[in-house]
Amino acid sequence: MEIDPFIFRLSIFILSIFIGYYVVWSVTPSLHTPLMSVTNAISSVIIVGAIIASLAGDSETSFNAANIFGFLAIVLAAVNIFGGFLVTQRMLAMYKKKKKIK
Amino acid sequence: MSPNLLAIFYLISGILFILALRGLSSPETSRQGNLFGIIGMAIAIIVTFIAAGNFSTGFLYLLIFLLIGGSLGAFIAFRIPMTAMPELVAGFHSLVGLAAVFVAISAFLNPEVFNLGSVGNIKIASLIEMSLGASIGAITFSGSIIAFLKLRGIMSGNPITFIGQHYLNLFLGLSVVVLIFYLCKIQSDNFFWLIIVISFLLGFLLIIPIGGADMPVVISMLNSYSGWAAAGIGFTLENTALIITGALVGSSGAILSYIMCKGMNRSFFSVILGGFGGTDQSSSGESKEQKPVKSGNADDAAFLMKNASSVIIVPGYGMAVAQAQHALREMVDVLKKNGVKVSYAIHPVAGRMPGHMNVLLAEANVPYDEVFELEEINNDFANCDVAYVIGANDVTNPAAKSDPQSPIYGMPILDVEKSKSVLFVKRSLSPGYAGIDNDLFYRENTLMLFADAKKMTEDITKNL
Repeated sequence: MEIDPFIFRLSIFILSIFIGYYVVWSVTPSLHTPLMSVTNAISSVIIVGAIIASLAGDSETSFNAANIFGFLAIVLAAVNIFGGFLVTQRMLAMYKKKKKIK
Repeated sequence: MSPNLLAIFYLISGILFILALRGLSSPETSRQGNLFGIIGMAIAIIVTFIAAGNFSTGFLYLLIFLLIGGSLGAFIAFRIPMTAMPELVAGFHSLVGLAAVFVAISAFLNPEVFNLGSVGNIKIASLIEMSLGASIGAITFSGSIIAFLKLRGIMSGNPITFIGQHYLNLFLGLSVVVLIFYLCKIQSDNFFWLIIVISFLLGFLLIIPIGGADMPVVISMLNSYSGWAAAGIGFTLENTALIITGALVGSSGAILSYIMCKGMNRSFFSVILGGFGGTDQSSSGESKEQKPVKSGNADDAAFLMKNASSVIIVPGYGMAVAQAQHALREMVDVLKKNGVKVSYAIHPVAGRMPGHMNVLLAEANVPYDEVFELEEINNDFANCDVAYVIGANDVTNPAAKSDPQSPIYGMPILDVEKSKSVLFVKRSLSPGYAGIDNDLFYRENTLMLFADAKKMTEDITKNL
């Protein structure tokens, strides 16, 4: 009997939870705020669903409700992607080591 | 592009996201990690464009919307002050939640595109996945909006509670489950919309009873929810990148919530059930009110610190409110010039979100190797001459160790009282967010400095 592809996805999901568990415990507590902003940014990879939804259909001029929800989701996810990565970058740039005594 | 190749590209972006989180294990590798994250995102978006292969009018609109959202996000990212980071993160969570809801809706309305079957005849597994994704997304959205309003101060940080609240939430939660069951059976649109509406309501009701001091837990919990919502949508769309990311973000948020709960010695459920941080819970504070308090001015404080050989600074939320981090660093610079050894002690729940204080100190150019976590520095208080408590309160309260009646009993605290003298900057003797009196105010070795944190710090610098 063939294995349902769902089981493969479930395996990926569960293994990723374990990876997340170990990776996140090794994050230094001083970087917990950037951790939250970067996880925010990467969870916006949901934009791929929005892209597929908004480009669906063959109509050149009119859009159906599914397309419109796709476009809305693109705007939201784009705010998050750009905002999330840039604010993380901005924060991380501030973390500096002690200057060597001259 | 073949579906297999596409899946491999999504896997690559998933791996890059893992590396992005891995980079955060140290500030040196973190910037590179963030770059990995950006590359992963770019790969995911570009291959999706190519796979869709539809560069018609819709594509043009898509680019416009992407640009609008992107520039808005970039604008916010550059303009936001670091003190407003908790609100920003809450706001971003709400967007992820809403985006998940929208994607689920479009998948429901147009299932053919995602190979989920046809309208009115969607695969059962997909229906469960998409309604779970939409439901968690909706809870994330409305919950984060409430968290945002509370953190921003638009809504009072006091918990809002009413009789039967938990039963109502339980009822709403169960009705979502029942509706998902019927949605799979009958496939009626109405059930789907009802699931989303109830979930919005549930998110709202879940967060209103939670008080300001518990915000670090809430914000981490919503972080976790946004991940599970993304994972639910990832299953629906059969997209590896989304499943991996959802799992990573979900477990990351869960771990942060756990760390925050431990920092407050509270169980996760007692936080979620809410009601903490109200003023009605203050333990017998009346008897202590007449105790003598030593108060001093900037001159006294400067004298003490100048003659100290080591000073530990304990920042808290009050420092963020007063925006005192730059003034603080200037004071420390002068102290260091006088040969005083200075370090910073950060409690896990200081501020309004995990790592809040660290970001503010980094913004003020405080080197991160002078900043220590509770376990690293707690033994040093015994050997330190002056502890400078600026804007922190409950996290220094010795009652957590000595008074089993205290609501914060058992919470790990910074052993500030062990240092030779304590300088406590505070505007008044009013209790902290937990609504309890702090024993430390009345100790022999404590000098209260009643003033705004920023102004007091500046005055001390002048007197040094």
